[in-house]
Amino acid sequence: MIEFHLDGRSGVSPYLQLIQQVRQALRLGLLTEGDQLPTVKDVVARLAINPNTVLKAYRELEYEGLVAARPGVGTFVTKTLADESLAAHGELRTELEAWLARARRAGLDEESIEALILTTFRATTRATTKEAI
Amino acid sequence: MTVVLESRALSKRYGRRRALIDCTLSIPAGRVAGLVGPNGAGKTTLLNLAVGLLAPTSGTIEVLGGQPASSPEQLARVGFVAQDTPICAGLTVADHLKLGAKMNPRWGDGLARRRIGTVGLDPRQRAGKLSGGQRARLALTLAIAKRPEFLILDELVASLDPLARRQFLQGLMEAAVEHELSVLISSHLVADLERVCDYLIVLIESRVQLAGDVDGLLTAHRLLTGPRCDVSALPADWQVISASHTDRQSTLLVRTTSLVTDPGWAVDQISMEDLVLAYMSKAAMTPEVNRTLEVQR
Repeated sequence: MIEFHLDGRSGVSPYLQLIQQVRQALRLGLLTEGDQLPTVKDVVARLAINPNTVLKAYRELEYEGLVAARPGVGTFVTKTLADESLAAHGELRTELEAWLARARRAGLDEESIEALILTTFRATTRATTKEAI
Repeated sequence: MTVVLESRALSKRYGRRRALIDCTLSIPAGRVAGLVGPNGAGKTTLLNLAVGLLAPTSGTIEVLGGQPASSPEQLARVGFVAQDTPICAGLTVADHLKLGAKMNPRWGDGLARRRIGTVGLDPRQRAGKLSGGQRARLALTLAIAKRPEFLILDELVASLDPLARRQFLQGLMEAAVEHELSVLISSHLVADLERVCDYLIVLIESRVQLAGDVDGLLTAHRLLTGPRCDVSALPADWQVISASHTDRQSTLLVRTTSLVTDPGWAVDQISMEDLVLAYMSKAAMTPEVNRTLEVQR
């Protein structure tokens, strides 16, 4: 069983923080198939958040096929994320390192690199969202 | 039941003073609704109308499909904790439970005793000797043990210290899940309600300025930063809530249903607190005449 926590200053909505924490726990192998997620009642009693926020996060995880709700029993992990994408990390990291080296050679300092990554990331995320709509 | 509270053109006057003006609301069931606004905005008046402690000057209000306090059944279905956490100082915690059992037809005695235990109240303690946090927990326990369908809480949280506030909200959210309660809670501190509410009503100077699903409201409002612009030349479907300008840059809070596609604008999301504050400053800056027009439009 994992325990959720919320970062009030992150600017990320509680709903997304819950989803990210489950995904993170799945990637790190803290949660594996068959494990139970905390009940809605437990989560709200601990974090003092709206019950619908937890339900919404669990529904989203269910939609992604990561968990399944068993009515009257609880929500259980149905898939593990630990090995699937890890294999791709190495190659992606090498490419990213090469890109970072190029950016430095071009004269970008750390803040400029961060800003460029963040704006590009946001722009492409927004473009994908638009396509999805 | 899909709506817990429905009001149409609800108004209340105290002599010449208008405490609530033309309030039209429809709060869905199964939600935790937050009623926010500055002190003196009319929040307590609205809640007192909802529980039947006040009668409207004009307009209508229905709670759980019936007129507030119109029958013993109606009274039993609505729980209310007033602003000053009303308890009897001379009675013990156990006396309060006995009183609750005598006065409420649907009283859950086991539930009340269990809650007293879990929140750490001593049944023999006199209520007058309880701390603010303990008083609030006793009042909440009494309101929950009456087994209402709809629980209304007036400014309870603001007077508590941070730990007591958190414990109170934890208990409230747990009860909302366990007993499938709909909740309406008022506060002048938005930060307290930011995480617990999924429906928001902003009441400023006796009028409802904003009401709706929190997610919907947060998606509809966008904080835009870009090169200095002329506000009158913006797209017609952008409702500008606030605007500030430097000689080169403009920062706008707009309400719009369409996506902001112009790459000149950096688009950011807004928090519930910033949203409420923006509406409060807008209300403070708008002359009374314009405000009436806007409500009519």
